[in-house]
Amino acid sequence: MISKDDIKKLSSLSRITISEKEEEKLAKDMEGILSYVGQLSEVEISDRGVSKEKSELKNIMREDVISNNYNIVANDILKESPKLKGDYIVVKKIL
Amino acid sequence: MSKKLNELYVIEAKKLLEKKEISSVDIVNACINEIKNRNESLNAYLEVFDDCLDSAKAADTSRDMGNDGALLGIPLAIKDNILIKGKKVSAASRILEGYRATYDATAIKRLKDGGAIFLGRTNMDEFAMGGSTENSGFGVTKNPFDESRVPGGSSGGSASALASNMTLAALGTDTGGSVRQPASFCGIVGLKPTYGAISRYGIIAMGSSLDQIGPMTKTVGDAELIYKIISGRDELDSTTIEIKESKTKNNKIGVPWHFLNEGIDKDVLENFKLSLKKLESLGYEVKEVELPMIKYSLPVYYIIMGAESSTNLSRYDGVRYGKRMEGNDLMEDYTNTRALFGDEVKRRILLGTYVLSAGYYDAYYEKAILVREEIKKDFAKVFEEVDFIATPTAPTPAFKIGEKINDPVTMYLADIFTTPANITGLPALSLPSGFSKVDDKKLPLGIQFTGPTLSEFALFELGKKFLGEENV
Repeated sequence: MISKDDIKKLSSLSRITISEKEEEKLAKDMEGILSYVGQLSEVEISDRGVSKEKSELKNIMREDVISNNYNIVANDILKESPKLKGDYIVVKKIL
Repeated sequence: MSKKLNELYVIEAKKLLEKKEISSVDIVNACINEIKNRNESLNAYLEVFDDCLDSAKAADTSRDMGNDGALLGIPLAIKDNILIKGKKVSAASRILEGYRATYDATAIKRLKDGGAIFLGRTNMDEFAMGGSTENSGFGVTKNPFDESRVPGGSSGGSASALASNMTLAALGTDTGGSVRQPASFCGIVGLKPTYGAISRYGIIAMGSSLDQIGPMTKTVGDAELIYKIISGRDELDSTTIEIKESKTKNNKIGVPWHFLNEGIDKDVLENFKLSLKKLESLGYEVKEVELPMIKYSLPVYYIIMGAESSTNLSRYDGVRYGKRMEGNDLMEDYTNTRALFGDEVKRRILLGTYVLSAGYYDAYYEKAILVREEIKKDFAKVFEEVDFIATPTAPTPAFKIGEKINDPVTMYLADIFTTPANITGLPALSLPSGFSKVDDKKLPLGIQFTGPTLSEFALFELGKKFLGEENV
């Protein structure tokens, strides 16, 4: 059973404000989804090996060098922040 | 010429442009006219770029100067979760309203290098979470075949824009069927490539072990052309792989009948059987195959996708980009900002947080990872017997707007046939296969072919034969 308290806990873990009204609906939805995905418990895994199909993945390595023009890229990225002071992103103090 | 310019296939437009019988400006104008006619009611585009005509003029000038490019002057629509430098991109979420991309996605860069024009960005389910485009923060998109119905999702805007001739082709992304299912609902071609075939650099991440960009087109030839341009290794995405021409034999098709028993619309099943007859008449051998684990694909998908998206979406904190909703302290800034997520996104973040949390990790997330390997083994075994696996793309034709929105599990079941390809990383192609007549309206249906790793070119060959396209 997913209770409203579970939803409160999850909303705090995931850093999302959830209203009282939403809590009830979310608890009901989560209950339905978890009971659906819970059918995996019936699967017995005998051989925990990875699949035989060989992976095509290979690491891509590159030199650890800056390939961008720092000033241009940093400025573009900074401009997207909701609150700036000079070259700094402004957040509320945490101490 | 009987067709209007905005109705041309990409390959047709390319030939006419090369012969200079038409200009890119002509095509883009034709698309813009159609957008003026239909976008207000369909809501397929969230934004039409104000520089698309300028880009078309530049493409025409470039051609006059003797330049060429695989897509020079061809207009495309781009899903709102693929970054184009300097353009707004929001993943249809209020949390990213106003954000402008600071760089090009690799697929976009390759299209630009090929001379393509971007008409605008298309609507989608918020953060690509949904199968109907109803979860957009900017209104639902409608199906051009019946405006009371959904276009599918999450790439519903791209599918609707293409099916209504408001573009010549489009890009979507596919995490659990988000290219193929709307392609099926809107009567077009949609490809989910092999995982790693197309770079994920510059797409707004959802489930990183599942996400792939895919072309949405009117013909298989068009899909192949776009796939060739945007696929291949990219040093900015370490999961990309080298594209090799597959040497798959191309004559045996397997059907997992045991998976097609429940919950399938009668017309869908009837149409699927007709498609199989057609394949036999084209010389393919159709036989039954067993995929005992395939039925677990959807639960595995929802656990892995939830886990991966809850971590991927932790970056939306109101600090670095998008919107910030102020609170009394920094923590409240975070939690209030993240309350901007829509219902489905919240649901999936909470689900992902749950399956990853201590006490539930083993039963859900770890179990899903193990079952995922079992599903892969099933497919590998079947591909020793057959060259492709066929199923319907979706269990039903397009459903009514509002019909499933209040019941998440019913909505998720629309992905039943498409999630296996994401779970296994295998390529899958959805093709239009006919129509179902509902309430006097013709609703498109689709058939899906899944092949072994990197069998895209074999899938294209099969697709062209199935649709009767020339130049096979």
